[in-house]
Amino acid sequence: MIVERQGQIALAGPVAAILRFVFVVALTFLGLLALTFFIGRVVPIDPVLAIVGDRATAEQYEAARVAMGLDRPLIVQFGSYVLDVLRFDLGMSVSTNRPVAEDLARVFPATLEMATIGIIIGIGLGVPAGVLAAAHQGRWTDQVIRVFALLGYSVPAFWLGLVGLAVFYAGLGWVSGPGRVDIFYDGITPTVTGLLTVDSLLDGDWDVFRSAVSHIILPATILGVFSLAYIARMTRSFMLDQLSQEYITTARVKGVPEWRVIWVHAFGAIRVPLITVIGLSYAGLLEGSVMIETVFSWPGIGNYLTTALFNADMNAVLGATLVIGAVFILINKVSDVLYRVLDPRSR
Amino acid sequence: MTVQAWLLDDSPKSRGQAAAGRAYRVTLDLLRNPLAVLGALIILGLILTAIFAPWIAPESPVGQDLSNRLLPPSAEHWMGTDELGRDIFSRVVYGARITLLIVGLVAVISAPLGLLIGAVSGYFGGWTDRVLMGITDVFLSMPKLILALAFAAALGPGIENAIIAIAITTWPAYARIARAETLTIRNSEFVAATRLLGASHTRLIARHILPLCTSSMIIRVTLDMAGIILTAAGLGFLGLGAQPPLPEWGAMISRGRSFILDQWWVATMPGFAIIIVSLGFCFLGDGLRDVLDPKSEGKS
Repeated sequence: MIVERQGQIALAGPVAAILRFVFVVALTFLGLLALTFFIGRVVPIDPVLAIVGDRATAEQYEAARVAMGLDRPLIVQFGSYVLDVLRFDLGMSVSTNRPVAEDLARVFPATLEMATIGIIIGIGLGVPAGVLAAAHQGRWTDQVIRVFALLGYSVPAFWLGLVGLAVFYAGLGWVSGPGRVDIFYDGITPTVTGLLTVDSLLDGDWDVFRSAVSHIILPATILGVFSLAYIARMTRSFMLDQLSQEYITTARVKGVPEWRVIWVHAFGAIRVPLITVIGLSYAGLLEGSVMIETVFSWPGIGNYLTTALFNADMNAVLGATLVIGAVFILINKVSDVLYRVLDPRSR
Repeated sequence: MTVQAWLLDDSPKSRGQAAAGRAYRVTLDLLRNPLAVLGALIILGLILTAIFAPWIAPESPVGQDLSNRLLPPSAEHWMGTDELGRDIFSRVVYGARITLLIVGLVAVISAPLGLLIGAVSGYFGGWTDRVLMGITDVFLSMPKLILALAFAAALGPGIENAIIAIAITTWPAYARIARAETLTIRNSEFVAATRLLGASHTRLIARHILPLCTSSMIIRVTLDMAGIILTAAGLGFLGLGAQPPLPEWGAMISRGRSFILDQWWVATMPGFAIIIVSLGFCFLGDGLRDVLDPKSEGKS
C-alpha cells in the first residue's frame, strides 16, 4: 500500500498534490455515504414498516412513506441524503429525541479520550516489544512476544473487558468500575474540551481528576493491548528488514555497540513507516472502542452505537457508522500524507 | 518405487502426482513448525468436537435445570452452570458447531466472491477494474466490525444475517489479493498461449488464473478466521448474531455479563473457547504463510 503510492506526488507540484488529495478524500467520502445510504435505505426489507409498525393502516403507511421521501427515485433520495449530511443533518434519533449530529458531538470526546490514552499505552509498550523481538529473533523472547501479539488477535475485546472488571475492580479493587466518573462527581465539571481528565485539571478539581483517571485506566489499557499487538508485530517485521541490510553489518564491523546499532541505526530508519502503522492502529481503536465502551458503559460513540442498535434507532446507527467511518478514512489519509512528507525517498 | 519417492519425484507424470507432491512438501514444512502443528491440532479438535458434540457433551445444551443454577465449576459440571442451570461445558461443546458453521459459511461465501471480483477486475482492466476496485476500496475504507454491525442492524438479528453481514465485510480484502495476483499472471506467456488456442475469457479466468490465486487466498482466509470468529462473537455479544437458546459463545458471554462479579465462570468459560480456536487459526495461518509465501511477513 505504501510502496504502491510512493513517488506519485513528486510528479506534479504541491498544489496539484493537495488538489489530488482533496479529490481522493472527497471521492472516498462519497463512497462512504453511498454505503451508509445503501445500508439504511436499501438493505432493510421495508424501512417504512420499521417506523410505523405492522398495525398501521394503508393510509398511515403511505403517508409515512411520502413523509420519509421514499416515493422518490433512489438517486434523488441519495442526492438529498448527501445534501443533508453536508449540512450536518443526520436526522433525529428515535431514542434520545435529539438530532443525531448533536448527540454524536456530545459523545465523541469521551471516545477520543479513551482511544488517545489507549494508543499511548500501545506505542509505549508495543514499539519496545517489537524492537526487542527483532533483536532477539528466533530466541525465546521473540517467541513469547510473538505469541502475545497473536493473543491480541484472538482475545475478544469485550471478554477481556469483563475479565478485567472482575479481576481489577471486583477482585483487587485497584480501579473504579464502569462509567466515566464516580456518580457523585457526575456533571460538576464544566465542559471545555469534553475530555474529562483535562477538564477536571483545568477546573483544578483533583478529586474529580483522580476519579476520572481511575475509571479510564482499565478500559484504556485493554484498548491499548489490542493496538500493542499490531504495533509490536509491525515493528518487529520492519526491524528485521533493516537488521538484514548491509549498512547494519558495516556498523557492526566498525565496532558500533549493539544497542546503538539497534536503537539509532536500525530504529532511526523505521520511524517513518511506523507512523503509518500507528495511524492505522489509532483508527483501529475506534473500532475496538465499540465493544469496550459497551462493556464499561463508557458514554462514547461506541456505546451510543450499540444502544441505538438495541432500540432499532437506524438514524443513530447510520450516523455513528458514518462518523466512525469518516474519522477512520481521515486518519488513514493523514498518516499517508505524513509518511510522504517525512520520508525523503518519496519526495 | 516407494510412496515417498513417488511424491517427491522431480518430474511428476501426471497432474495428480504433482499436486500430491506439492501437498506433501507443504505438509512436511508445516510439521517442522511447532506452532503451526499446534494450530492444526486445535482446528482438528474443533472439527471433531463439532461432529461428535452429542457424544462429548454430558448434558443437553438447552435443557434447563433451575435447581442447579449458577453452580461453580466442579467435577460434575466442569465449567459450572449458567443462570438457567444449563451445563456450560455442554453448551461450549455444542457452540463449536455454530462457530464452525459461521466461519465455514463466511469463507465459502466471501472467498469465491472476492476471488471472482478480483480476477475479473485484474483480467479486464480499464473501466471494469476502476468500478470494481472503487467499490472494493469503499468497503475497505470502513472498519470491519462497524460495517458488520451496521449491516446486521439493517438486516435484523439472527445467525444467517450475521453470516451475511460478516461475509459482506470480508470479501474486499480477497478481491484486492486476487487482483494483484491476476495482474502479475495476466501477461505471462502461458496465458497468451492459451488465448491463442482459442480459450474464452471465462475459461481463461476459471481454469488458468483462479487456480494460481488460491494459495495466497488460503493463507489470507486462514489468517482472517480469527477475525471472523471475533466479529461473530461480538455480534452475538450485542444480541445481533445467534439468538437464544442457541449456545453461541459470544451470546453466552453476554448472558454471563450480569453475573461477572460473583459468578465469573458464566462469562469467562466461553471466552476461553473463543481464544483457543482463534489462536489455532492464527498459528496455522502464520505457519502456512511462512511455508507458502515466505516474503509477505507482516504485510497483512
